[in-house]
Amino acid sequence: MESLTERSKTVGNQKMTFWEKIYLPAILNGMGITFSHLFRKKATVRFPEVKRAFSEIYRGRHVLKRDDEGRERCTACGLCALACPAEAITMIAEERKPEEAHLYREEKYARVYEINMLRCIFCGLCEDACPKEAIFLTKEIVHSEFDRDLFIYGKDKLVEPMDPGKRIDVSKRQTPQVLEFKKNKRFKHNRP
Amino acid sequence: MTTFLIYKTLLASAILILSLVVAMYSTLIERKVAAWFQDRLGPNRAGPWGLLQPLADGIKLFFKEEFMPNTADKFLYILGPSLTMLIALMISAVIPWGPDIVLGGKTYPLQVADVNIGILYVFAIVSIGVYGIMIGGWASNNKFALLGAVRASSQMISYELAMSLSIIAIVMMSGSLSMRDIVNQQQGFNWNIWYQPLGFMIFLICAFAETNRAPFDLPECETELVGGYHTEYSSMKLGFFLFAEYINMFISGAVMATLFFGGYHFPFIDQLGLPANALAVAGFFVLFTKITFFGFLFMWIRWTLPRFRYDQLMRLGWKTLIPLAILNILITGVVMLIRQ
Repeated sequence: MESLTERSKTVGNQKMTFWEKIYLPAILNGMGITFSHLFRKKATVRFPEVKRAFSEIYRGRHVLKRDDEGRERCTACGLCALACPAEAITMIAEERKPEEAHLYREEKYARVYEINMLRCIFCGLCEDACPKEAIFLTKEIVHSEFDRDLFIYGKDKLVEPMDPGKRIDVSKRQTPQVLEFKKNKRFKHNRP
Repeated sequence: MTTFLIYKTLLASAILILSLVVAMYSTLIERKVAAWFQDRLGPNRAGPWGLLQPLADGIKLFFKEEFMPNTADKFLYILGPSLTMLIALMISAVIPWGPDIVLGGKTYPLQVADVNIGILYVFAIVSIGVYGIMIGGWASNNKFALLGAVRASSQMISYELAMSLSIIAIVMMSGSLSMRDIVNQQQGFNWNIWYQPLGFMIFLICAFAETNRAPFDLPECETELVGGYHTEYSSMKLGFFLFAEYINMFISGAVMATLFFGGYHFPFIDQLGLPANALAVAGFFVLFTKITFFGFLFMWIRWTLPRFRYDQLMRLGWKTLIPLAILNILITGVVMLIRQ
């Protein structure tokens, strides 16, 4: 039979030769292999000091986007929570009051919006489901905590800062395929 | 007499502290070496390069809950780890740590007790070592602990035989049982390893088995016996068992260096023309370097070889090492007769 790789070895029930029987050459050979590993490049990344490079489309912790005028885009439709396979997202909707028009883009907004980062599997389905381009995953990671309660991220942690200089850039996540999809007005949420 | 007593007390305490510190840092070095062999970095969070890690481990062990099984025999349960630790620390008494120190015209040997039956003393103490593990495993009243203890005792008894037999050739050559005499016959580069390579090989393998280190770590093999003889132990009692293993490693390295690698002697020792005290310090560091090498060898082997199967272990001990050791004695005897 043709072998799939060049590394395959024929094995058999032959009696071991004397050199194989005393094991010492094999042991020394093995020790040579382990010793050579002492000088190899280490795989470890010393995390807090050194950060490994993340892909631009890495699926890390979420952000709730504001629009260009600084209004929250989320309208609390609940599609993200529905799409979430881990049931990590909860929200409570509220009607916008007339004087709050500069804070929320839509007439309904999320008074409470919570993601449980211990439940979240970072699949990105919430991002796909969102009709308002309000929720995105970022290349930031969820930091470890000593308390489980601290992993339930509310709006204070999720909504991006108002200050235009501190906005979280998600334009790199908008791959050509995504942009193409968004041009398709056949889908209701892509209409202006 | 008082000076003598004070000196011996000081020396004994110094060696005790040295053994404990070395054992403490061996745990760190073991983890570091293991990490390097596996392309990792190892502990580096506690202090610079992880230097405070052993301290953190020690504090953790002290603060862990002290759990004792209901069905355990209380006295024996406590005796087990204590005995193991005691035995591990006792062997260092007969090891010559360096050439004599001269202070005010008096010579002070760097050896706690120059017993004229030093080697016999070592083997006597080593063979008591098995009781610590056996008692600990039995007193836990747990099947895994008992199995581990039974394995440990049969393994240690089997390998003690080959170990003693491999030393007999050395004793025949030197004509003395005193560790000091054996070291002093290996002046310069005239080490015993050049005359007894086979004896050293047997002794080395047996030392691995005696200290329960991989590939002979069957008494505590995690994959089969949970934790072996220390399954039911927690807190510092467990710490004592683990600690004793590292002290044993250190001491067996010292014994090997003393018996086969010239102890504190190094080549061109006479041509340096050092004063006696400087020589003592240099000799001590040379011995320490040799011990460090053996410590590294122990770890190197551990992270290279898989564990033996139990029948292979017994076959190796009884069918290979003991006949080889006897053959070694025969060859040594014949060569000595011819050279007379």
